[in-house]
Amino acid sequence: MRLTFIVLLMLALAAGAMPRPASADEGSADAAFGAAAAQLANDDFASKEDAVRRILEQRHPGSKPLLAALLDGRVFMRSSDMHVFIVASADADPLELTEPVTLKSAGAGRADDFAKITTNNKLRKMLRGALARFDLGDADAGVRRAAVKEMLRSLDDDTIALLREQLRVEKDGKVRGEIESGLALADLTSSDKKVRLAAIAILRNSLHPDAYNALASIATPAADGSYTEPDLEVRNAAGAAMRKIERWRSFYSGLETLFFGLSLGSVLVLAAIGLAITFGVMGVINMAHGELMMLGAYCAYVMQLLMPNHIGASILVAIPVAFVVSGLVGIGIERGIVRWLYGRPLETLLATFGVSLILQQVVRDIFSANNRPVETPQWMSGSLEINEAFSITYNRLYVVIFALAVFILIQIVLKRTTLGLKVRAVSQNRPMARAMGVRAEWIDALTFGLGSGIAGVAGVALSQLTNVGPNLGQQYIVDSFMVVVFGGVGNLQGTLIGGMSLGVVNKLLEPYSGAVLAKILVLVALILFIQRRPRGLFPQKGRAAEN
Amino acid sequence: MAVTHIDIPGGRVLERFLPRPLRGDAGGQVMLAVLIFTVALVSLLNLAVPASSPLHLSTYAVTLIGKYLTYALLALAVDLVWGFCGILSLGHAAFFALGGYAMGMYLMRQIGTRGVYGNPVLPDFMVFLNYKELPWFWHGFDQFWFAALMAIVVPGVLAFVFGWFAFRSRVTGVYLSIITQALTYALLLAFFRNDMGFGGNNGLTDFKDLLGFPLQRDGMRVTLMVASAVALALGYLACRYIVTSRAGRVIEAVRDAESRARFLGYSVESYKLWLFAFSAVLAGIAGALYVPQVGIINPSEFAPINSIEVVIWVAVGGRGVLYGAVAGAVLVNYAKTVFTGALPELWLYALGALFVLVTLFLPKGVVGLLRARKVSA
Repeated sequence: MRLTFIVLLMLALAAGAMPRPASADEGSADAAFGAAAAQLANDDFASKEDAVRRILEQRHPGSKPLLAALLDGRVFMRSSDMHVFIVASADADPLELTEPVTLKSAGAGRADDFAKITTNNKLRKMLRGALARFDLGDADAGVRRAAVKEMLRSLDDDTIALLREQLRVEKDGKVRGEIESGLALADLTSSDKKVRLAAIAILRNSLHPDAYNALASIATPAADGSYTEPDLEVRNAAGAAMRKIERWRSFYSGLETLFFGLSLGSVLVLAAIGLAITFGVMGVINMAHGELMMLGAYCAYVMQLLMPNHIGASILVAIPVAFVVSGLVGIGIERGIVRWLYGRPLETLLATFGVSLILQQVVRDIFSANNRPVETPQWMSGSLEINEAFSITYNRLYVVIFALAVFILIQIVLKRTTLGLKVRAVSQNRPMARAMGVRAEWIDALTFGLGSGIAGVAGVALSQLTNVGPNLGQQYIVDSFMVVVFGGVGNLQGTLIGGMSLGVVNKLLEPYSGAVLAKILVLVALILFIQRRPRGLFPQKGRAAEN
Repeated sequence: MAVTHIDIPGGRVLERFLPRPLRGDAGGQVMLAVLIFTVALVSLLNLAVPASSPLHLSTYAVTLIGKYLTYALLALAVDLVWGFCGILSLGHAAFFALGGYAMGMYLMRQIGTRGVYGNPVLPDFMVFLNYKELPWFWHGFDQFWFAALMAIVVPGVLAFVFGWFAFRSRVTGVYLSIITQALTYALLLAFFRNDMGFGGNNGLTDFKDLLGFPLQRDGMRVTLMVASAVALALGYLACRYIVTSRAGRVIEAVRDAESRARFLGYSVESYKLWLFAFSAVLAGIAGALYVPQVGIINPSEFAPINSIEVVIWVAVGGRGVLYGAVAGAVLVNYAKTVFTGALPELWLYALGALFVLVTLFLPKGVVGLLRARKVSA
C-alpha cells in the first residue's frame, strides 16, 4: 500500500515533470532570483553589489527590469518584512507595487511603509555596465552601439570577454568599429608588444577622444622625461597614429567650420534674398525689410499658438501664411508710399524707415516687447552624427536646404514664368515694357510683394534660430544690405554667393578673434571692398547698370 | 531765396554790421536772434529768479535746452553734407558719439580718487575689469585741451579716411548711405566689447566735474548751455560761410550734377572729402558738448537708428536750408520730450508717421511750407 502510494506519487511527479521539464528549473531559478533580489534590501553596498552580480548571473526574465529600476531609484522594500518591490514612480503615494520575480502587480502601498533602496556611484556604474550587457543582444544596432559605449566605460576581464564574444557575431560595421577600438584601448596595456602594436594600428583609425588621449600618453614623456611605454617602436607607432588622428580631426573641424559658415551664410542669404528683389531688381531701398521678416517670425509663433498639438506641422503651415502676410504688407507699402517716391531713393529710404518704426511698435503693442518662444519641432531637433569628430545639427542642416530651395524657387519664378519675364522687362526698360502692354504699376506692386513675401518666409526660418521679438528685423537689416551690395545689386546669384562666402569668412575668423570682433572685421572688410568695387562681386553689365 | 532781407525799418542799415555770411540770410538772422534771446532769457530765469517764483526755470529745463542745442549742431552738420552736397550720411551719430567719448574720457579721468574703488589713475570700470595700467589711448585725456582736441581730431580723421576711400572710388547715393550705416554699426559692436577699453555697454558715467567745477551746480548747467549755443552760432556762421563761398557753389553743383561738375574740371572728390570731414568735426563738437550735460555716454549712441533720426530732423526742418536743420532738430526733439513723457507708446508711431508724411508731403520741410505760404501771399 505504502509502496503503491510512493510509486504513484513518483509517477505523478514524473508525469507532472516530464511534459514541462523547465518548470522545476523555473521554480528553482525563481527562488534563486528572489533570494538575490531580497539581498538588495541589505544596508551595506558591498552586499548590494554582490546581489546585483547574482541577479546578473541568473539571466532571469526579471533581471533587466529589476536592475533598470534600481538604477532609476524605483526599487523599494517594505519596512515590515524587508520584501523588495519595483514601483512605477518613486514620488507617488500610494506606491504602485510590482513583484520583481513574477513582474505582476502587487497592489499599492502607503509610501510611509516603504524605504527606497539606495545606490552609490560605484553601484550605479556597475548597474549601467550590467544593463548594457542586456542591450548587446538587442535587434537595433543603435541600442547595441550605445550598450558597447556604456560597457567600455568600465572595462574588466568579464566585459572584455563579453565584447570579444559579441565581436564574433556582430554584423553592423559601426558597432564592430566601436568594439574593436574599445578592445584595442584595453590591449594598449597588454604585456605583449605585438598586441600593443596591433592595438595602435586599430586605434589610428579611431576619432574617439579616448583613443587619442591614450595614444598621447604613450607617445609623450611625463614631466620628468620618462615614458610609461618601455618600447621605442611602440612609442613611435603611437606618435605616428596620434599625428594621423590629429590630421583627421583638423580636417573634420575644418568641415564643421565650413558647415557652420554655410548655415550662417544661409541665414544671411534668406534675409537678403527678398531684398535682392526689391533693392536689386526694382532699385527700391526698403528699410522695413527687416520688419517684414519679423512679421514672418511672428506668423510662425501665431501658427504654433493656433495648432498647439501639431508643432511640427505648424511650422510648415507658417511658411505660406508668412508669405501671404508679409507679401500683403509689402504690397501695401508699395501702393501707399514707395510708388510716390520712385526715382528718389534717399527719400524712399527715409519713408520706409518710418514704416519699420511703425511696424515694430504695432508688434510691440500686440505681442508685448518681450521675446516670444517658438518651439522647435521634433523633426528639427537633434543632430546627425557622422563620426565622433563631426556632427551636424538638424536645424542648421534644414536652414541650408531651405535657403537653397527658396533661392531655386525664386530663380524659377523670375526665369521661367510670365510674371518673371515681365518683372525683368520692367526693371530693364520700363517705357519699352509699357509699350509692349505690360502693366508696369501692377508689376511693381507684385514684385515688391514677392520680395516682401520672401522676407516673411525667411522670418519663419529665423524663428527657429533666434529669439522672436520686435527687434528681430533690426539685427539683420545692415547685414542684408551688405550681402546684396557685396554680391552685386540686381544679381541673385551674387546674393547667394555673397551671403554664403560672408558666412564662411565670418565663421573662419571667429576662432581667432571672437564672434563680435569677427563681425566687425567682416564689416570693415566689406566697407573696404565696396570702395574697391562699388558694384559688388558680380556687377550688372549693360545699359541698366548705368543708373 | 524768396526773402532776402528783414523788412523792418532800418533793416538794411543793420545788415551792414552783420558778418558777411549772414547778409541776405533773413531766416538765419531770425534764428540767431531767437537763439540769443532764448539763451539770455533762460539763463536769467534760472539764475536770477528765485526758485519759489512761478517764473523760475528749473535746471532740468536748462539742461534740456542745452541738449537740444547740441542736437541742433549735429543736425546742422548733417544738413551741410546732405542738403548741400547730396551725401546722405546714415553714420553721423558715430562722429557725434566719438566726440562724446573723447569728452567722456576726460571727465572720467577727472573723477580721480572719488570713484568707487578710489584708484587715482584708473577709472572704476578698469579696476573692475582688472586692468593693471591705463591703456595707451587713455593717456593725455587728463588734460582738457587734449580731450577737446581729440573730440575734433578723431571724428575728423575718421571721416577723412572713410571719405577718402569712399569718394575716390565714387561710392555715391544709396551705397554711400548703406556703408556709412555699416560704419556706425561696426563701431556700435566694437564699443560694446569690454576689452575695447571704453567701458563696454555701460559706457562712461558718474562724472564729477569739468575744469574743476562740479557738473551738478546750476551755474555749470547754464554755462554748458551757453557754450552749446555759442558753438551752434559759430557752427552756423561757419556753414553759412562755406555755402555762400565759391566752394559752396561748386558743392551745390556736385549735388545737382556730379559728373558735369567733374567734367568742368572741378576736383569733386576733394570738395566732398573736406566738406564731409568738416561736417564730422561739427558733429564731434556737438557730442563733446552733449556728454557733460546728459552725464553719460554709452555705445547705444552709435546705434544706426540715432543717425537716421538726425536725418529726419533735417528733413522736417527743411533739407538744404541751414536754419531749417536747427529748427527741425529743436521741433522734433521737443515733440519727442512731450510725447515720451505723456504717451510713450505713441512716440514711435508719431516718429514713423513723421518719416512717411514728411517725405511724401513736405519734401522741403517746415521751412519750405513757410516759404510757399509767403510766396503765395
